[in-house]
Amino acid sequence: MSKELIRLKNVSVAFEDAVILDNLNIYFNDKEFLTLLGPSGCGKTTTLRIIGGFLTPTSGDVLFDGVRINDVPPHKRQVNTVFQKYALFPHLNVFENVAFGLRIPKTDENGKKVKIPEKEITERVMEMLEVVNLKGFEKRSITSLSGGQQQRVAIARALVNRPKVLLLDEPLGALDMRLRKDMQNELKRIQQAMEITFIYVTHDQEEALAMSDTVVVMDGGKIQQIGTPEDIYNEPKNAFVADFIGESNILDGIMHEDYVVEFFNRKFKCLDKGFAPMEPVDVVIRPEDIDIVAPEKGQLRGTVTSVTFKGVHYDTIVDFKGYKWLIQTTDYHAEGSVIGIILNPDDIHIMKKSEYSGMFGDYSSYSEEYDEIGDASVELDEEESEDEE
Amino acid sequence: MKNKLSGLAVPYVIWMAIFVVAPIIMMVVYAFSTSNGNFTFGNFADMGLYASVFGRSFKLAIIATIICLLIGYPVSYMMAKEGPRFQKVAMVIIMLPMWMNFLLRTYSWMSILENNGLLNQFFASIGLFDLINNIGMRMAANPELYVPIDHFNMIGTQGAVVLGMVYNYLPFMILPIYSVIVKLDNSLLEAARDLGANNMRVFRKVILPLSLPGVLSGVTMVFVPSVSTFAISRLLGGGTQMMLGDLIEQQFLGGAYDPYLGAAISLVMMVIVVVCMAVMNHFGEGEEQAVML
Repeated sequence: MSKELIRLKNVSVAFEDAVILDNLNIYFNDKEFLTLLGPSGCGKTTTLRIIGGFLTPTSGDVLFDGVRINDVPPHKRQVNTVFQKYALFPHLNVFENVAFGLRIPKTDENGKKVKIPEKEITERVMEMLEVVNLKGFEKRSITSLSGGQQQRVAIARALVNRPKVLLLDEPLGALDMRLRKDMQNELKRIQQAMEITFIYVTHDQEEALAMSDTVVVMDGGKIQQIGTPEDIYNEPKNAFVADFIGESNILDGIMHEDYVVEFFNRKFKCLDKGFAPMEPVDVVIRPEDIDIVAPEKGQLRGTVTSVTFKGVHYDTIVDFKGYKWLIQTTDYHAEGSVIGIILNPDDIHIMKKSEYSGMFGDYSSYSEEYDEIGDASVELDEEESEDEE
Repeated sequence: MKNKLSGLAVPYVIWMAIFVVAPIIMMVVYAFSTSNGNFTFGNFADMGLYASVFGRSFKLAIIATIICLLIGYPVSYMMAKEGPRFQKVAMVIIMLPMWMNFLLRTYSWMSILENNGLLNQFFASIGLFDLINNIGMRMAANPELYVPIDHFNMIGTQGAVVLGMVYNYLPFMILPIYSVIVKLDNSLLEAARDLGANNMRVFRKVILPLSLPGVLSGVTMVFVPSVSTFAISRLLGGGTQMMLGDLIEQQFLGGAYDPYLGAAISLVMMVIVVVCMAVMNHFGEGEEQAVML
């Protein structure tokens, strides 16, 4: 990645007693696709609003290209936003929506107001409508467009101003699954074609992993982990990240020495080192990494308590001495059957104990866990109703 | 289902037929009749005598509507931008006078504006007239001929009539505009600022066009009762500022008894108002749809 463009330094936001952002330190590189990922209320949208200029932090600095911009109002920032519900102007047609920013006179170096000539406006709008695949829609009214089309108008309206940074606040939240997937590819393509920074907010971990160069996982107003999608998935820093990104079995373990961890009263080889001798740790095992073998060949032996068909694989819940794991496997193992498992050293990931230890990664109450996963849509509805108030 | 429910509309349809449609038909019939019941256009020809009344009515109603808009829009805007607590209080203050009888309110203005009314008494008590007379005396070429004043002429002027209209109908301007602005999606305003619009431009390019439907219905709701009022012009105009309402009333109840002419005037007024509204709504059509969104 190239040079740093935006930096948030010790940024905190508090409303009355509630702390929304807690001493946030983060930087955004030029031309990268960065995603702020976290559950609702984690502070990701607040972070975006600070960069957009709609919210002034209670304390801390916002730097743009090294210049402090805390007090620069939104209309003077080289940043444009795609809003959650698009926020298109209903009284203007597609063309005029996209041209809105271009029609505003800009102040040049000499302090003179400069208007963009009408011919150039038309050219740039048409060019942008082509980028978002909306050629021929310029005369259409906003109300006559589908959700995906409105979404693309919103993106064109922001990008036509050639911002250095595009902020996207859960822009695909209102679209159905299929359209979402298409738009994810589309966004990635646009970002690469335009060569600008995208800062993307979402609570959908799949979306984050699929599109981003860098993922920032947030919770409780704090950054939990920053890294590439692979890093975040393979090397989660704590139980929260491990649970929020994909599915994880998280167990209590004890690190005996480098490369040796004990859990279930059994020592396993692993690839982690650098812990104090006999340090208590969290052990993460991804459900898809577990190999099921015949009971007598396994390192551990358990009983299948539930099987759910998920299309590509089966979600199999296996009881190991009262502790339930989720195993994802393409083989069917009937409920009640006894199986063995083998854990290879690279299937085992060790994390330091954190405030999240013991909160996640237990599949004993499997159905509830599923409700929680299904909450993604409920959560979105809640956010929308908040907006309407 | 549809048929079952449509039965519920029957009483309303009957009501409309008896009290809305029938009177309009009667008005049209009367407007084209002589006292003997013959068909005539004469009633319309006779109206030429009252051209000045037509002119005054529309002039005063337009002035009152403009003043209501100039006061009402900023008030609505400020109200909509304040918190819900302020909005509730402001709403009560605006509605409060409307809980009083219309005539009572207008009579109160009479006693305020009269030559020896509250306002003139107040001016006298702070010595305003003495001051004016003093200055007038000195400025006058011939002080002997200077006539000192002891009151302002307020009652019986067109200004008083306009004041009465504005006072009575202002809430009808504020409420529709307020309810449109308060419902404006804040993210639209943020989007406009995000795209580089300063506050002035956000207002001109987003808030104003999107609040136009509220303005249109406010204008209608102020203009229509203003142009046809008779109590306000009678009480505050002191009989010298006759308006269409007064003219029509005179034809039916007053000394100039001529219901045929009265019906003709009513018909013409109605047509003019309907045309005005149709033209205005035509301009507002696009925005109206926008608000439905």
